[in-house]
Amino acid sequence: MMIATKTHQAENVTPDFVSEADELVSHYPVAKRSASLPLLHLWQRRFGHVDNSGVEWIAAKLDLEPVNILELLTFYPWFRQEAAGKTIIRVCRTLACAMAGSYEVKEKFCSAVGLDPHAEHHGFGSAPPTTTDGKFSVEFVECLASCGSAPVALINDDLVENISPTEVPAILSQYQ
Amino acid sequence: MVSLLPTPHPKERRLIFENISIPGYAPDIDTYLAYGGYESLRKAFTMKPNEIVDLVKAANLRGRGGAAFPAGIKWSFIKYDDGKPHYIVVNADESEPGTFKDRYILHQDPHQLIEGLIISAFATNTHLSYIYIRCEFPHAARIVWEAIGEAKAKGFLGKNILGSGFDLEIYVHQGAGAYICGEETSLLESLEGKRPYPRIKPPYFPAVLGLYMKPTIVNNVETICHVKHILRLGAEAYTQMGSPGDGGTRTMCVSGDVMRPGFYEIPCGGVTLGELIFDVCRGLKPGRTLKAVIPGGSSAKVLRAEETFKIKVKGADGEMVEKSVPLLDVVMDASSLQAVGTMIGSGGVIVMDDTRDMLWVLNNLNQFYAHESCGQCTPCREGSLWMSKVTTRMLNGGGVESDPTKLKSIADNIAGRTICAFGEACAWPTQSFLDKFPEEFAASSTPTDEENPAPTQTSPSAPS
Repeated sequence: MMIATKTHQAENVTPDFVSEADELVSHYPVAKRSASLPLLHLWQRRFGHVDNSGVEWIAAKLDLEPVNILELLTFYPWFRQEAAGKTIIRVCRTLACAMAGSYEVKEKFCSAVGLDPHAEHHGFGSAPPTTTDGKFSVEFVECLASCGSAPVALINDDLVENISPTEVPAILSQYQ
Repeated sequence: MVSLLPTPHPKERRLIFENISIPGYAPDIDTYLAYGGYESLRKAFTMKPNEIVDLVKAANLRGRGGAAFPAGIKWSFIKYDDGKPHYIVVNADESEPGTFKDRYILHQDPHQLIEGLIISAFATNTHLSYIYIRCEFPHAARIVWEAIGEAKAKGFLGKNILGSGFDLEIYVHQGAGAYICGEETSLLESLEGKRPYPRIKPPYFPAVLGLYMKPTIVNNVETICHVKHILRLGAEAYTQMGSPGDGGTRTMCVSGDVMRPGFYEIPCGGVTLGELIFDVCRGLKPGRTLKAVIPGGSSAKVLRAEETFKIKVKGADGEMVEKSVPLLDVVMDASSLQAVGTMIGSGGVIVMDDTRDMLWVLNNLNQFYAHESCGQCTPCREGSLWMSKVTTRMLNGGGVESDPTKLKSIADNIAGRTICAFGEACAWPTQSFLDKFPEEFAASSTPTDEENPAPTQTSPSAPS
């Protein structure tokens, strides 16, 4: 399922973006198809999500068919075809974190930013539940490999550890 | 971050985490060089490549990523001068629930990994290497990438490294949130830019048809780091540190219901499970008793506190004798855990006390596997989801009498019927939880059946 967007992200590709993309492609001297994931990461970091024009741009860059990129976009949980919040809160759901209270922590994050704590998120390219002002997204993710300091959450690029539900408002205040 | 104990516990022996233990140790190259960094590499260049492979073989280094495959043997599958390009890919996709050691190596001592990798590449005639880091470690990817730049600037990477005539380039490749990419052939597909569906073996053993269909070694971060220490210490000192057939140290990651969760570097076979939980990790929370342990990452079969195992050990006269071993006396090494029907895996020990409901625990793991199945093989794609649906329904009070049998039947039809070991990984929790804690699952299954609704009976209540 592709999601229709009004503007085409590819119209905003700049020369510095192209040179960054070229640099990434140069890391794969044997086969440039290997640069698919790096270019998807680059695109999503720059534009927030990957639209059809992004799929086509990356495919053209790597001499691939758009479906070769689309099938990655819809497989990997990290990528999305819709805009997410400015701050993305990824709470670890798996065993050690769940035992240490990550369900409660996730509920606290959701209620603190005004999201339904029980909204289901199925992935496949869709954005995680996001506040209407576009500030926050909150989702569960599987094991973040920090079980010794459970419960943890990845907030944008930063790992926040040993989270107690009472600390949630203070954590959020750093991302206003 | 979980910090290391300022002074190692008497059971610990730090090689991998030796530098990281030093107060103020930073991940930059000058700090690394100040503590003897890249000396093992200089030593490697005085040796012949096959001597290094033999040394790693003699050191009994077993893989630290999960399968515990002997690293030297894996390397020796690569024919040094077969005229083909070779690749080494470092598996830094650490995602096995319960495991969190590579995270600290990548963030805090990246040059240790790079040095180990250059030596490994030199030994196997490899000139291009990738470090596959999961994207949930964005800082680690940046730190390792900067470390590669520093190493290059100092002449440890690139053309003609330290005048040896040996060339190597290393790049960082980031994953995108899929657990399956930790499976080595899936990782290679991912690195080739494809959907990460694991390859069928045979014929696609990485050492034969790996990255770009060329001979490839895939090793875990911790495994590659050990190579440096094997060169430094020599095979004899290194093997003496471990147990027979399992040399050196292994990082045990302990999480769950212990007083001091964390990671501890321990000589292979240097502690029993009881010592690890009750001594190193300071035991359980006050008033609690031990109920269950998952010893090697979530895919390892669960062990029950009261269990006793019959293990064959070599007696004083050299004859094999059967010995009865209670769970807490089981030694934490690859062969001992295999002997009790589970595995050391990635060294992720998850401890559960008497407050834990085993159905709830299994359901958590089933949801993980249902989410992470890549979908390539029908038994796993469908079965992992069915198991998750059944345990979720049971947990919500909708269990029926046939549920435990149904769960077992689904799990039995996944294990051994899939392309990769994910099939076993998702079946083993269900099989072992049902086997070890049958009463908890029976209690959550009301004595009615969908097809044959029974008259009103008093149902045993689900554990609270």
